[in-house]
Amino acid sequence: MIVFERVSVRYPGAAVDAVSHVSLDVLPGRLTAVVGPNGSGKSTLVRALLGRVPLASGRILVDGDSSVDLPPRELARRVAVAVQREEPAFPITGRAYVSLGRAPHVGAWGTDPREDEWVDRAAALAAVTELLTRRTDELSGGEWQRLRLARAIAQDCPTLVLDEPTTFLDVAHEMAAFELLSSLSRRGAAVLAVSHQLNLVSRFADQVVLLSRGAVAAAGSPADVMDARILEPVYDWPLVVSHDPAIGAPTLVPLRRTMPHDD
Amino acid sequence: MSGRLAFLLVATGFAVVAGVAIGPVWVAPADVWRALAGDGDPVVRAIVLDVRAPRVALALLVGASLGISGAVLQGALRNALAEPYLLGVSGGAAAGAVLAVAVGVSAPSVISVAAFAGALLAVALVMGVARAAGWRADPRVLLMAGVVVGAFANAAIMVLLAGAPAETTRGALWWMMGSLGAAQWRDAARLALVLAVTGPALLHWARDLDALALGHDAAAALGVRPEQASRRLFLTASLLAAGTVAAAGLVGFVGLVVPHIARGLVGARHRAVLSVAAIAGGGLVVAADLAARTVRAPAELPLGAVTAIVGVPFFLSLLRRIR
Repeated sequence: MIVFERVSVRYPGAAVDAVSHVSLDVLPGRLTAVVGPNGSGKSTLVRALLGRVPLASGRILVDGDSSVDLPPRELARRVAVAVQREEPAFPITGRAYVSLGRAPHVGAWGTDPREDEWVDRAAALAAVTELLTRRTDELSGGEWQRLRLARAIAQDCPTLVLDEPTTFLDVAHEMAAFELLSSLSRRGAAVLAVSHQLNLVSRFADQVVLLSRGAVAAAGSPADVMDARILEPVYDWPLVVSHDPAIGAPTLVPLRRTMPHDD
Repeated sequence: MSGRLAFLLVATGFAVVAGVAIGPVWVAPADVWRALAGDGDPVVRAIVLDVRAPRVALALLVGASLGISGAVLQGALRNALAEPYLLGVSGGAAAGAVLAVAVGVSAPSVISVAAFAGALLAVALVMGVARAAGWRADPRVLLMAGVVVGAFANAAIMVLLAGAPAETTRGALWWMMGSLGAAQWRDAARLALVLAVTGPALLHWARDLDALALGHDAAAALGVRPEQASRRLFLTASLLAAGTVAAAGLVGFVGLVVPHIARGLVGARHRAVLSVAAIAGGGLVVAADLAARTVRAPAELPLGAVTAIVGVPFFLSLLRRIR
């Protein structure tokens, strides 16, 4: 469980806060999504959680303890984070990569007796078993993305944080990824997904937080946030909200600004 | 994979035996064992125990140390071209040694100490530059700081040698090309001590290296403090490289090429890479030193030139296999 309490972050030398007084709860059993335009501070929240950028004010509580007081290893046992950029400098096998998720559980002798068990389980969940024997430099963007998810699951933490888990994924795989996140949360995990995919978020998230220029512009259920009057000014683009024919979830349709035969 | 590893071990063992057996006087492998056990002809025993064995031991240690040091630096800096000599260690050591030679020192042990001090000074400078640029920025900062300090050291060497007599220039040049010609047990023992302290520490941090190789943010997500860990790794690996420079001068290319060979053999997990790099590096330098002293016997070739001549074709064949 993570509680962001009025968190503000300012990068060194910047004139304004990258994130300003953001509060949000990532609760067990719920899939929470953070959405917002490019540069709205989504990834900065993740980096702040990891201590990669200092907090200007506010605090981040992880299972009740302030993130800055937790030793990194302890933090990594409580929260599994898949950051936006992670790629081995030298190619390794899929299995070796997924097993890196076990790093926080390794004992004093550098071994983890449950490594193989967890790697296999995580790979099966993320449906990447066939990627375990491949080399990371042979994977497509989408395959790599799915392996990243398996790496985070292998970390075996009650809380999962994923920065852009569906970039490069085709329609079926992005649906599968969110189905998996949703099922993990239903089994009790606290899941936070940072995403650009408003239509996926709308269908799967229990709670949506919309960021705009580093501040919370709207928060609530997908139905609360997926409102053209809220989204249009944030994205500065004309759009209408329709509905998923199966479950009635709000579905965003961005409109063309120019008509097909304008010129 | 275990087949390749076995081949590597056999090849290194073969190089060690050949290194002790071959020379101006041929010593049969059986006589080598006898001499090591303290038996046999006293002259053969003297050749083996006082001349060749310490030289081979030092070659093994220099190679192992450079292999480990290079593998650590490449992993921590996420750069396939990183190696101890690129990161200021060599430049600093050379400047220290040349300064000693230029002021008239000729005792090898004093030159060693000067080289070691020069290497440490260079490492301190690199760390200082990187700190001033902000550690958080990028592992490339450390790399660039190393290159800049190295360039400065080279310039200093040229200034020192500009007005020096030919004899001094020749001595300095020879030292910069690396040699095990003066190897004694004392030198091997010193380097063994440095390796015994730094080696296990680096092996212990192999998991941190695996995490760092993913990038700093990802390493933090896996419970590693990336800046602290890479600083620690850089310093320890540089110390090990400084130890080799003090013992044998500049033996180039080993720290660059051996980690790539090791990864080709066992994949990129660092616990395996470091162990294999130690064995492969040791074998390579023993073989190169054997070539250095036999190809144009009784004259000796500079060891650093031989490692490069052997290493370059090997490296090129390796490059072809990288997709």
